[in-house]
Amino acid sequence: MSEKLVDLAKVLRSKNSGPFQITLDILFDNKEAYDRVVKADVINEETIMKLYHLERKNICCIVFFEKALGIKVTYNRKIASGGCFDRDVYGAQQQSPLFDLEVE
Amino acid sequence: MNKSFKILSPCGILGYGFPIDSFLKGIEEKPDAIVVDAGSTDAGPHKLGAGVAIVSRRAAKKDLSYLVKGSISLNIPLLIGSAGGSGAKKHVLWTMEILNEILKEIKAERTKVSLIWADIPKKAILKKMKEGKVEPLGKTAPVLTPKTLDETNGVVAQMGVEPILKALETGAQIIVCGRAYDPSPFAAVGIKAGFSPALAYHMGKILECGALCCEPGTTKDCMIGELFEDYFEVYSPNPIRKCTKVSVAAHTFYEKDHPYLLHGPGIIQDLSQCEFTQINERKVRVTGSKLTATNPYCIKLEGAKQSAFRTFVIAGVRDPLLIGQIEEVEELVKESVKKQYKEIEPESYTISFYNYGKNGVMGEIEPINKPGYELGIMFEVLAKTQETASAICASTRSTFLHYGYEGRKSTAGNLAFPFAPSDVEFGPVYEFSVYHLMEIDDPCEFFPIEKWEIK
Repeated sequence: MSEKLVDLAKVLRSKNSGPFQITLDILFDNKEAYDRVVKADVINEETIMKLYHLERKNICCIVFFEKALGIKVTYNRKIASGGCFDRDVYGAQQQSPLFDLEVE
Repeated sequence: MNKSFKILSPCGILGYGFPIDSFLKGIEEKPDAIVVDAGSTDAGPHKLGAGVAIVSRRAAKKDLSYLVKGSISLNIPLLIGSAGGSGAKKHVLWTMEILNEILKEIKAERTKVSLIWADIPKKAILKKMKEGKVEPLGKTAPVLTPKTLDETNGVVAQMGVEPILKALETGAQIIVCGRAYDPSPFAAVGIKAGFSPALAYHMGKILECGALCCEPGTTKDCMIGELFEDYFEVYSPNPIRKCTKVSVAAHTFYEKDHPYLLHGPGIIQDLSQCEFTQINERKVRVTGSKLTATNPYCIKLEGAKQSAFRTFVIAGVRDPLLIGQIEEVEELVKESVKKQYKEIEPESYTISFYNYGKNGVMGEIEPINKPGYELGIMFEVLAKTQETASAICASTRSTFLHYGYEGRKSTAGNLAFPFAPSDVEFGPVYEFSVYHLMEIDDPCEFFPIEKWEIK
């Protein structure tokens, strides 16, 4: 049975990585959940491009770090932090599109 | 060389505060240094551009008083990184004034104090630009031209450990650093004591956020890091906060573009091979941190320039007939305002609506984008002058308030203002105009050290 990413992850957050990038952290508190998400391949360039309306070139990296049981996605902001038209100065509320991803 | 070296970090940003009991427990452990980071670019370019602090003066003084007293009572160094938030001259002087006040109040005027400036002269940057030694950091950083550099309100750079080591050698007890790479002041005291730079930097990376790597994590509590020959250990003096293997390992994710490769001034940290061991319920040991020196040595430049003036209004909408067509009505309001001010170039200002309760946070990428039964609407006008921004905003407000949209029944007014007056003059808006790496030959060259005489 599939489960939602938000129910498997311990931490699901977004934050600035400098004023021109936002980074999404998906962290787990057990290896099973981490492995399951990695194996299900739900976090990939296509998904991130679709959820965040990004071109491929604006995804800086998607890194799986088993030792910390975490996945990191960093992408270029369309609008820099705190400049004209920015909606999220700290980049701290951009995580929710990931919540409902279904994990097999 | 001592067997170990213990650093007390009171909180994630000087002025964020910490439980006093927790700090006093930390002091009881007889640390060898107190180090605190005061900086961040998270709050956007305004702090650097306008020369203002992230925290209030009262908050900074409250925290700093405890740190100064702790440092003097144990006769250990106190280091402050990125003073005043952005670490430019104005921010450093703001911090020095507070420090000066505290030292006089506790009659410790003879304390040796040094400061390290981090302001980079524009002339020097122009010269480096001509030599091709200034590169934008990332694909979306702005293009730096002599013109944008000229418009920038001063430039700072993040210092590495080298200038701080130099300041420590002068025998200063309190060192106030201008803009610094967050882990630098932590790493510097550890390196000075003879410990491995790789471990000292990694421990600094953890400590600079206060107790954020604990469970429960927070930037508003104390952390202790202890360096040994081949490893370091971290824990919070507050017994309610526990470090776990995963919480410490995962901390390197925080605010960084990569989970285990971290770039700093003249260095890259590689934390991919680290091992984390649970020592007791609250303490974690870390081994295997790696550090490589980079060639050339680059420092990160930060500068902000003024880009517009803003006036804004906050209002609520509860009428379902308006909520159902909110975006269409907002477009019609914009058009109407444009017609009312034919003499003002439409390119010289922008009217924007942010519909909270619909897609206020995420804008066009909001996946749900359905309005609730009430909306919070913030609208702003950005213009070249404050006068234009306010004039256009006032017309936008009055037009929106009375706009006779299709099917309207509430003919007395469309907006619920929480405040009178409704229009708020925000002042200038800034943007990061410099966010670049600059190659330098001497890591201390741009970070002069000055002895501070208590006045």
